[in-house]
Amino acid sequence: MSDRSYQAGGAIMNRYDIMIVGIGGQGTILTSNILGVACVIEGVPVRGAETHGMAQRGGSVESQIRIGQEYGPLIQSSNADLLISFDLIETVRALHYLKEGGSIVTNRAFVVPTTVYMQDFPPPDEQMLISILPDMHLWILDAALIAEEAGSILTQNIVLLGAASRFIPLQEESLKEAIRRTVPKKTVDMNLIAFDLGRSASEK
Amino acid sequence: MVQQYLLGNEAIAYGCLEAPVDVACGYPGTPSSEVIDFLRFFKEKTCYVEWSVNEKVAFEEALAASWCGLRSLVTMKHVGLNVAADPLMTSAYTGVTGGFVILVADDPYAHSSQNEQDSRCYAQFARIPCLDPATVQEAHDMCRDAFVLSEDFGLPVLFRPTTRICHSKSDVSIGELQESKRAGHFEKNPAQYVVIPVHTRILHKKLNEKQPAIKKGLVERGYNWYEIHGSTAVIAGGIAASYVREVLPKGISFAKIGAYPIDEEWLSEFVQKHETILVVEELAPVIEKVVYQVACGQNVHGKLDGIIPYEGEFSPEKVVSYMQAAGIPVSPVASSRDPYTALPVRPPILCAGCMHRAAMYAMKKVFKDGIFPSDIGCYTLGIQQGTVDTTICMGASITVASGISHSGEERDIVCTIGDSTFLHTGIQGLINAVYNGADIIVVILDNRITAMTGHQPNPTTGMTASGIETPPVSIDAICRACGVQFVETVSPNDYPQFLNVLRQAQKRDGVRVVIAKQPCVIIEKRQKIKRKQYSVDADVCIGCKVCVMYGCPAIELVSGRAVITELCSGCGICSQLCPIGAIRLEERL
Repeated sequence: MSDRSYQAGGAIMNRYDIMIVGIGGQGTILTSNILGVACVIEGVPVRGAETHGMAQRGGSVESQIRIGQEYGPLIQSSNADLLISFDLIETVRALHYLKEGGSIVTNRAFVVPTTVYMQDFPPPDEQMLISILPDMHLWILDAALIAEEAGSILTQNIVLLGAASRFIPLQEESLKEAIRRTVPKKTVDMNLIAFDLGRSASEK
Repeated sequence: MVQQYLLGNEAIAYGCLEAPVDVACGYPGTPSSEVIDFLRFFKEKTCYVEWSVNEKVAFEEALAASWCGLRSLVTMKHVGLNVAADPLMTSAYTGVTGGFVILVADDPYAHSSQNEQDSRCYAQFARIPCLDPATVQEAHDMCRDAFVLSEDFGLPVLFRPTTRICHSKSDVSIGELQESKRAGHFEKNPAQYVVIPVHTRILHKKLNEKQPAIKKGLVERGYNWYEIHGSTAVIAGGIAASYVREVLPKGISFAKIGAYPIDEEWLSEFVQKHETILVVEELAPVIEKVVYQVACGQNVHGKLDGIIPYEGEFSPEKVVSYMQAAGIPVSPVASSRDPYTALPVRPPILCAGCMHRAAMYAMKKVFKDGIFPSDIGCYTLGIQQGTVDTTICMGASITVASGISHSGEERDIVCTIGDSTFLHTGIQGLINAVYNGADIIVVILDNRITAMTGHQPNPTTGMTASGIETPPVSIDAICRACGVQFVETVSPNDYPQFLNVLRQAQKRDGVRVVIAKQPCVIIEKRQKIKRKQYSVDADVCIGCKVCVMYGCPAIELVSGRAVITELCSGCGICSQLCPIGAIRLEERL
């Protein structure tokens, strides 16, 4: 077994590190919980780290998920296999975590920090932000539009998870079962639709 | 055994329920708060759970429960133990009857704290056992077993997870939840519980005599262990042990420290078998000093020779760099990308519609050259508004204001403190300020909840940790009872009236209290209280930026005109600030 592999159910699998970033309140923790629960369903060891406390008040937040990891919860920089981002500015901010050839699934939308308006700085521009990202393995989604199609703008995080699920070494059904177990009961169907719509969006 | 994906603090709470714990008290503090929050919301709860008014109070209650033969838990963040240090030091003398676990969550890197103190030093100071978990599973198991450990040694056990344990997640095996059969009974024993000099001298001697058995017992229980693979070794404790194991090359020996005090004889055996030793632990060099004590000629690397910093938290990549500095052959971490720094920063800010922003904005208007001592809570974020000039610890707003006043400072001194912090350690400062004739204005930011740590109820809320209704304490009555003559309560959302009260206070002398009372917007949202939102009439807006400079995250500037976004919670302050009436209430809810 190599440094990056682990055993699950007799099979040798590769470890897989995911960095999820966004702004406090956007649902990064719920998204990482779904991944963690899916790992438990498959009997795969998992570690996660997340931002709690004051830093959550509208600040940059990150959730790290390490599939197949038995030691610490922190991803080494330039080692994440996948970056899931709810905000294009945060995608660029977290880019250094991604390994060469890693995948990015990001929302196109971004929130300009209030301080930019107060200090009269020019707000960042979408094309400029996208130009910083690598061209390969990059999926940019209009998560709000897809989430509205699913039934609520609040499902954007699941849309992005669905889009990213294609690259994650977990069964589609485990992720769906994890969604059923994790989101509020009344919103299960809507979130499953959001997951499917997101997954189709990264097919192209 | 059930496998679950759990937050560190949830896993710890499960450990307590498996023990089982009978009494759990705490004061909220990141990263410790979710343990009590989990216990109080747990459906099949069989234990008594309380949010106490501060850590000293919580500690003494839990200690007393242990004296009644119950298993008790007290939780706090690291700096909370400073508040509870008084009972801590002597509880080691009196000892315990039922298992007593002191959960103190340390915060390396000060993610949400005012310092990076290391609670292992407190355990060493008090001479009580300390458990330091390296993983979430270990945190669960250690906390469950800590109650038995406490009973076996007759001492409080300090359980010290760090932020990256409390707020990390993992697959965790949890066991059967137990129902307690214990009933509390206080057995009078003055020689143990009344620490008059004649008793305490004997108790101190007994505490010292317990130490050798504790050291041996912790090794026997498997908390401290090693594997020998060569002449070079890494010794690590806490979460750092997990980072080390992730990157440790083959052929290097490894010792894991999970419990203190360390048995010197045991450690010496390991150290003597090596030539080079690297000690990896976050914050204080607690393990390293014992290694130095037992080393004879070995090369010991760590903090004391400058390879590893005393501050901050570690990561696998940092551990790799420490190993390289110590000459341990390890493959370097590929770092192909540097962080992109030309981005606007996104620090945490007060919520849209938060009353703290309104209150502090008004303070800045009235007291233009004021001095603003502040305290610990969401409102510390008011530093961005220029209304936080000092913050040192819980309750130190009124006292620092008094000290500045007695120093002869001529400018207005206006301090801020939240409701929970006022009840925690603010009241003593207020009594002292009145008693000693300070000339200060105290603005009590009363949002009826301990908001920053996750909205825990406190005595102003009208509800206990278990959801039982209680009469809310009157901050107004407390202030008057402290002898304050000028006490006014007003909502900062009523901006003109709030300004008016501040101006009245400015004209008076002595200690003046303004209670800025308005519920937390997050709580209002949870209670489904909805207000109409505001919008900017783009044809009327002149782009003066007065509303933008208010700093509300719901206000953006698009093509030189203000725009109010969906984040608006309808507080209406911006419409009261707009000089030309361009901001109006939306008709629809």
